[in-house]
Amino acid sequence: MRLLGSDVRCVRGGREVFAGLSFQAAAGEAVAVTGRNGSGKTSLLRLIAGLLLPAGGSIAIEGGETELTVAEQAHYLGHRDALKPALSVDENLSFWSDFLGGGAARPTADCLAAVGLAHAAELPAAYLSAGQRRRLSLARLLAMPRPLWLLDEPTNALDVAGQAMFAELMRAHLAGGGLIIAATHGPLGIDARELRIGGVG
Amino acid sequence: MTALGALIRRDIRIALRVGGGALIGVLFFLTVVVLMPFAVGPDLVLLTRLGPAILWLGALLASLLTLDRLFTADHEDGSLDLIVMSRTPLELACAAKALAHWIAAGLPLVVATPVLGLLLNLDAVATGAVALTLLAGTPALTFIGMIGAALAVTMHRGGLLLAVLVLPLSIPVLIFGVAASQAAIVGPLPFGAPFSILCALSLMSFVVGPFAAAASLRHGLD
Amino acid sequence: MTLIDLANPTRFLALVARLLPWLAVVTAVLLAAGLYLSALAPDDYQQGATVKIMFIHVPNAWLSMFVWGIMSVASLGTLVWRHPLADVAAKAAAPIGASFTFLALLTGSLWGRPMWGTYWEWDARLTSVLILFLMYLGLIALWRAVEDPTRAARAAAVLTLVGAINLPIIKFSVDWWNTLHQPASVMRMGGPTLDKAFLIPLLVMAIAFTFLFLTLHVAAMRNEILRRRVRSLQMMQARSVSSDVSPGGASGQIAGAV
Repeated sequence: MRLLGSDVRCVRGGREVFAGLSFQAAAGEAVAVTGRNGSGKTSLLRLIAGLLLPAGGSIAIEGGETELTVAEQAHYLGHRDALKPALSVDENLSFWSDFLGGGAARPTADCLAAVGLAHAAELPAAYLSAGQRRRLSLARLLAMPRPLWLLDEPTNALDVAGQAMFAELMRAHLAGGGLIIAATHGPLGIDARELRIGGVG
Repeated sequence: MTALGALIRRDIRIALRVGGGALIGVLFFLTVVVLMPFAVGPDLVLLTRLGPAILWLGALLASLLTLDRLFTADHEDGSLDLIVMSRTPLELACAAKALAHWIAAGLPLVVATPVLGLLLNLDAVATGAVALTLLAGTPALTFIGMIGAALAVTMHRGGLLLAVLVLPLSIPVLIFGVAASQAAIVGPLPFGAPFSILCALSLMSFVVGPFAAAASLRHGLD
Repeated sequence: MTLIDLANPTRFLALVARLLPWLAVVTAVLLAAGLYLSALAPDDYQQGATVKIMFIHVPNAWLSMFVWGIMSVASLGTLVWRHPLADVAAKAAAPIGASFTFLALLTGSLWGRPMWGTYWEWDARLTSVLILFLMYLGLIALWRAVEDPTRAARAAAVLTLVGAINLPIIKFSVDWWNTLHQPASVMRMGGPTLDKAFLIPLLVMAIAFTFLFLTLHVAAMRNEILRRRVRSLQMMQARSVSSDVSPGGASGQIAGAV
């Protein structure tokens, strides 16, 4: 399985963010997208996720389930946590597990234990700290297997232990033949090929 | 199917929990209906005559004003991105959200109608007729209003703008809803004709609403 | 025991535990006595036995206003004296007040059925009670809109006080509106002056219902304090264990599963 982007051009609000960007990532490979603020890291991830339409070029996935789009084979972890404070931790995760569907779901209790939230399963998500909310979002990636992980500043708000835990999760995902595209400023904690966009910043 | 079921269950749950707005719509409905006699006077004969119209106007405003947060809440916390990306067609997801919203916010309006009919001195037949027309018509209001709610997300504006956008679109529903109720109460038109048209409007909105909302969400995300 | 001593919720809970059974007993005795006296009271020569609904209706109507008064005092306590139990008292009182108001409306409407021939007449008093009911519901909606009770407390306190100031104005306006329109109904609620035979059971019932309110209110305050304790315990629980999970342990589980 390979993710291929060729000559991708991105225009936001009439301004060209980047153009002529080509990239590829093979199974088991992680790509760290770097660049200064405003260089279009988030835009690139949202293009791959199908949340933005490219102004030119194409993004495609080779191999995998051919009838599915790139977005349908991807997990997107954005700046916002997609959590409902009124629901309990377990309800939040169960919902995404049920809603995303299309694969063998892992029991939510396992996923919560993996990110260190087992003790909080029955508590409202409103009581979680920023780092715990991020952990709960990470649990979503585990609940439903998807080959492509699109991560936007994934280590934000995570403490040192959380970052180490997350690095382990990413390594396991890559070892299982997954792909990771991560926009980041800091180190990811795993071996990753760097994709620098927006020129020298 | 499990995906849509999960979405419906989640939205209803959120609406009923603390911080959810399911019952505020009913309270608004109640308040609007109670305000009317202060404007037109406590004359029961007059209120009986105006009753169906007052109830329909109240239900129309209540169901539109509660739609404000239908998509914006999901947009703000990032859920909408994941819903757009998922393997469930966005049109069906929109329909599921509208259905959940109608169950949590529209159906209580229908249930509250008999109590409000009492305040407006409507007899059992009249109350039944209004409740029945609301049952058939409020889904149309929700599904049409959903288009406005989706536009509100793309424009980062909600509230009054949504009402201004959607109210003209809901005029046919209002016309045939009130006409059917009046036909049942005083005649002379048969009840069946306007009521069938009302049902037809609802059925049409089930098709048009999700497609329009999904289209505007797809093009509006950034 | 002064008001300051009561500021300590633990001490308040201990007091409630001792007080609540007695309050409940007094309420039950008073209610039994009141209902017995009401049953003995003679029928009205105009209204017949329907007049006895008044023995339920009037205490409820009285409490609907009394509870708002209690909530106003509690709101002052929240805003001015910052008494820690004040917003608990206000929040606990609102649903009880709304229930009494609803019962006042219900009994008023049941009384109205044989009198007016309809369940509802836009009579000045009943209409005022209906508006009060709407205000109670609005206040409850405000409490429910915000998850954090201390944050909701101030907004609710301001709304309660504004409501207290507005209630007489609303009452006056509704009276004026009602006379302006010359309603068709001849008979008004509580129109004729009360005979002594009615006054005593009515008074007993009013006192009994006031005690009923006190009992329910104290119990509701206790529940609210406990609910807030559960909430803060849950928040502590959410904070507590997260650092216990070592990355090694987590990765072991993941590697096995993927």
